[in-house]
Amino acid sequence: MTTPFTPVVGGSALPSDAPAAATQREVPHRGGPANPSAEALRAKFGGAVLRVDVVWGETTVIVERTRVQEIVRWLHDDASQRYDYLSDLTAVEFRDAEHPIEVVWHLRSIAYRRFLRLKVQLQRGQPYEVPSVWPVFKGADWLERECYDMFGIRFAGHPDLRRILMWEQYKEGFPLRKDFPLRGRFSRAEQLRQALAANPEARYSMEELSIADAFEDLPQEMRNRLRSGEKTGE
Amino acid sequence: MGLINRPETDVVSYDPKGGDGWVTTRLDFLVNWGRANSLWPMPFGTACCAIEFMASAASQFDLARFGMERMSFSPRQADVLICAGRVPFKLAPVIRRIWQQMLQPKWCISMGACASTGGMFDNYAVVQGIDTIIPVDVYVPGCPPRPEGLIYGIMMLQEKVKRERAADTSLRNEMEPDPTSQLYIPPSAINELSEPFGNSIHQQRSGL
Amino acid sequence: MATIKRTVEVELSTTGMDAQGRPVRTPLAVAEDGSTITVAAPPSIEPELEGEHMLINLGPQHPATHGVLRLVLELDGETVVRCIPHIGYLHCGFEKIGEYRQYNQIVPWTDREDYLNSIGNNVSYILGAERLFGIDCTPRATVLRVIAMELSRIASHLVWLGTTCIDIGAFTPFLWAFQERENIYALLERWVGARLTTSATRVGGMAADVPAGWTEQLQTFITLFPKTIDEVERMLTKNGIWVGRTIGLGAMTADEALNYGLSGPMLRASGVAYDVRKDFPYLDYETYDFDVPVGSNGDVYDRYLVRVEELRQSTRILEQALRRLPDGPVNVDDHRVILPPKSKATSEMESMIHHFKQVMEGPRPPIGECYVATESPKGEKGYYMVSDGTAKPVRWRIRPPSYVNLSAIPKMVEGHLLSDVIAINASIDIVMGEIDR
Repeated sequence: MTTPFTPVVGGSALPSDAPAAATQREVPHRGGPANPSAEALRAKFGGAVLRVDVVWGETTVIVERTRVQEIVRWLHDDASQRYDYLSDLTAVEFRDAEHPIEVVWHLRSIAYRRFLRLKVQLQRGQPYEVPSVWPVFKGADWLERECYDMFGIRFAGHPDLRRILMWEQYKEGFPLRKDFPLRGRFSRAEQLRQALAANPEARYSMEELSIADAFEDLPQEMRNRLRSGEKTGE
Repeated sequence: MGLINRPETDVVSYDPKGGDGWVTTRLDFLVNWGRANSLWPMPFGTACCAIEFMASAASQFDLARFGMERMSFSPRQADVLICAGRVPFKLAPVIRRIWQQMLQPKWCISMGACASTGGMFDNYAVVQGIDTIIPVDVYVPGCPPRPEGLIYGIMMLQEKVKRERAADTSLRNEMEPDPTSQLYIPPSAINELSEPFGNSIHQQRSGL
Repeated sequence: MATIKRTVEVELSTTGMDAQGRPVRTPLAVAEDGSTITVAAPPSIEPELEGEHMLINLGPQHPATHGVLRLVLELDGETVVRCIPHIGYLHCGFEKIGEYRQYNQIVPWTDREDYLNSIGNNVSYILGAERLFGIDCTPRATVLRVIAMELSRIASHLVWLGTTCIDIGAFTPFLWAFQERENIYALLERWVGARLTTSATRVGGMAADVPAGWTEQLQTFITLFPKTIDEVERMLTKNGIWVGRTIGLGAMTADEALNYGLSGPMLRASGVAYDVRKDFPYLDYETYDFDVPVGSNGDVYDRYLVRVEELRQSTRILEQALRRLPDGPVNVDDHRVILPPKSKATSEMESMIHHFKQVMEGPRPPIGECYVATESPKGEKGYYMVSDGTAKPVRWRIRPPSYVNLSAIPKMVEGHLLSDVIAINASIDIVMGEIDR
């Protein structure tokens, strides 16, 4: 890095007479002071900010899908916001079929001691695609992959979007969707059969096979085994 | 069969009609004694049970006094596979391969509820008992089992080892399902039998 | 010409193929403007020797990967050029199951995900659940929960210490660490009945109050534990082998660490003074007098120093908590969440209805959502829960600190030797149960 980094201490950007951080008690269900960043976002992005909610003391800003990366980048770079930490990135699908799927970003500003939740609502029936924030936060890499794996939401601009928790050839679907049954779609015997049929050695990603110059350079014995479609080494 | 009514393993029964000679029974005793008291475990530890396994191996409970001095993490040099922890479907081919890489004589202890039956994880991701993948000799229930529980299981395995006989050729067979046997169930029937039970396959909605 | 059938069939979600049908290699590093940076491979020791890079598989069954982690390493001799981690070998559908369980029934699952910090996880989760219900727990429960979290932090760091020492080659501290853990297990077993998977909290309070004589046993532990820390430090901190094996490895600068979302000792060792207990406090942590160790280099040795110092600070917090433990009830007096006493449930109509509703359906929070983050030994542990008014959450999300910490391992490991990979992996302090959930 060329620019020198000033170590971040929590609350360093707050004025010296600001109240110290304290345990919150008797937090109201709704209402209460909103995070000042919500107003700043409204001022800067206007129409892209669809709604602001304050629930249990936490501010939620619902924004337009296409401008998420721009908004996150501004929150990261702007000196009055300094949201330099991405806590979490996930999605929520509601039981009510009318309710859209929400993709949620949890952002923290350590210098200002603030917490902000950004949301994007994806209507059902439309393709589930959202811009990736990986160019801004490298930590979004695996978080977005997991969101894709569990919900099927694609992140445009992610360098390597593939399944992470389930194996890449997993055929049953996206587990955390509400139409996915708890015990899976296939019978137990079928699940076992599919799991055992996948040779652990075959579970290299294309990138890894390209390092090893893929199939042609694998040892003859291994190529024979993979070619004969063997299930497991015996 | 618990350890309360212990069979006499120090004395090998001598049955002339069975064709057992005195030498073979003494040899059996020697071989079994050697095997039972030097079981080198292959700790296939995945989750919380692995921590209790480590606690069993540590100073307070000390598995080394049972002969399990050397945790061999190479299956080629291990005697007993202790599967400690839950096994998801992604890990199933791995544990199967590790079992196949172990040399005979080998045994398996399924430690904990998740390894024995899938435990509290009755869902799309977890194998409902590793005995669907590999043959298990001793099941140790618990979530996680106390170190004393694991030691009880290991002693049970030692009893089992001491009861083996060299003349019994079926012991070391890696069995493949025999289509001509009366117990054989064809795969299509297995599919029906092992459907998720109850009405849970229709449990589409979470919540009440 | 017959097409060559690839027997390795993968359904790619990325456009991984170029025009010739060969897989496109993801670049090692991408600059800010999207162009690729070629990272020069470290110079080989014997440049005249022609060689090629090996692809080595580490795991998922391996003694030193701290669980079922699979690292695919591209090696130039002994030097790692590239590392591709594969996880998911312990994925057990926790978040899916959470949608089918009542809020109190989820507590046993929180034990099993980060199983080294089980009672700490119970407390973290229940703080989130109580926020969702709009309940503040009693003063006694607050202090008991602090005690639980700090005991859990000590227990987790002891496992980290023991296993890291084994990985680097020192076997004895493992036995010392696990012997101390037995003392903690004894305390937890007297309190909640279980050594490891405690399930100690309930919405509105705790599963049980501490028995008589427990505080004396805790005091004994607090008095004797610093001697073990001293012993460990005497053996390791200025040990030439230890320092030689750990210093300079896997360094992350402060802004890299922040950008990758690292938390906990990983982040603090890199020089960022972020501790959830200090910056976004809960359970009255702002009233306790403790320090947060912050390193400067972000390498494995700094992480070791930070964690050992955290052991001392946790003991300090425990002592203060024990002194201020107030009397009083441990459960809130709110029968919407806490079962009424049997005498009332069998005589009063309202109590009977509360009892029935809670047992059959479970406590129901209002519609809403909350994200409550706590400082687990691994980092920022958060539970994000969304409620639609029913007894079971719509979404139960675990924000696993080890998951995000581990995603930085390709960055940390480049250019190091194979044996350093083990040391760096150990220093992240991962728990696969939490990563894969």
